[in-house]
Amino acid sequence: MHGKGLRALTLATLAALSATFALVVFWAPNDADQGFIQKIFYLHVPVAIITLVAYVVAGVFAWRQLKTGSREWDLRSYVVIHIALIFNIVGLLTGAIWAKASWGHWWVWDEPTLVSFLIVFLLYATYQPLRFSIEDPERQARYASVFAIIAGAFVPLNFMAVRMATSLVHPRTFATAEGGMPGEMMFVFLVSLVAMALLFWLMVKYEITQKTVTWQIRALRRRLLGDDAVAPLGRSAAPTIAPQEAPAR
Amino acid sequence: MRPTMALLRKDLLLERRAPESIPAMVLFAITTFVLFHFGLGRDEVDGSLAAGVLLVTILFAAILGINRLFVSEQEEGGFDGVLMAPIDRTALFLAKAAALFLFLTLVELVAVPAFAILLLGPSPWHALPALVLTLALVNIALAAVGALVSALAIRTRSRDLIVPIVTLPLLVPALIAAARSCAPLLAEHGDAWPAAKWLLMLGLYDLVFGLLAYAVFDFLLED
Repeated sequence: MHGKGLRALTLATLAALSATFALVVFWAPNDADQGFIQKIFYLHVPVAIITLVAYVVAGVFAWRQLKTGSREWDLRSYVVIHIALIFNIVGLLTGAIWAKASWGHWWVWDEPTLVSFLIVFLLYATYQPLRFSIEDPERQARYASVFAIIAGAFVPLNFMAVRMATSLVHPRTFATAEGGMPGEMMFVFLVSLVAMALLFWLMVKYEITQKTVTWQIRALRRRLLGDDAVAPLGRSAAPTIAPQEAPAR
Repeated sequence: MRPTMALLRKDLLLERRAPESIPAMVLFAITTFVLFHFGLGRDEVDGSLAAGVLLVTILFAAILGINRLFVSEQEEGGFDGVLMAPIDRTALFLAKAAALFLFLTLVELVAVPAFAILLLGPSPWHALPALVLTLALVNIALAAVGALVSALAIRTRSRDLIVPIVTLPLLVPALIAAARSCAPLLAEHGDAWPAAKWLLMLGLYDLVFGLLAYAVFDFLLED
């Protein structure tokens, strides 16, 4: 049931990514100051925006998990944070490359987006160790949700604090995006944002499908071959019991 | 409020009869000042360097207290007692946060004068009210986040690893605001009051995380 629409979504994502790539390379104008390297902007900024939104969304999912007690929401929250962490790392790396190209340093402390990104990454990097250190799956889901809610609220607050603490030397990306950016750049940026959002959604769907299918196969094997045929699961940071399987335990 | 007061009184009594957290935190803080003296190779610090040394030391000392906050509950069955008693579970959170706040205040009563004598260059007297206010706001932040993370970590397999790696990133915004607020107070010919925006930021942090921790604490005790 989770696999429904996966093929259409995959094709749409591939089309959007190809369109973005073509537009960025062949159509978007080169930046007057920074030249070709500025085009990393079309990767870095959408990835950054989606990462932050995803963290907040994971917090909302976690809240629903606590409210309903349904492990389905724990799975969603877990997967969204998992993929967002990957996007977060991509955002950090592209940010560092862009900083090196345009300011000459791999790391600049007065770029608030980059700095908040590092802090948020450090916080969410503890999500998996936290889950891994709790064995009881029921408690793991609850504690992870508490973490995800607190961390989700932390993301905007942290952003605010870092931005306040930064000297306003560099032009803000969004000041440029709204003010001085030519229409073509804005258009390509929006296309890229849509493509990255699709990619994120696709990866989330793939991981949820993969996990659900694995559980279904385990359940079928157990029913067909008996309990001995299925090796017990080890300790895991990921949610391990299929939601529909849970009451049987 | 009465269950909260009773739980708080229990924690203070425990700490008075067998002092554990507070002496350790004080010793840790003073040792850290000595380490900073040699590490930085400076006899005196002022301005943002002083604010950083003081606040980072308090932050790390607080980690010690946060680590031990729920140990008696876990080892001596205090959780079961609270769960069986006909009281609101958040009473436990309020009591623990208040206890941590008081511990930190007591530690700072020793550690901040020690810092002023050992490391601080300029005299901090003119900015004392602002310094006290900033540290009180920092203590609220540490107490709210600390009590929550401590309860989160106490029933995991690796409590002493989880507490610092989760707490320290969570406290970054509070540290930013507190350090910016303290820097002009500890500078040579410094101001008597910091920019209001940093105190507001600290207050906002306290409010948001205090309310959030209060709202989600229940779920940590559900079994």
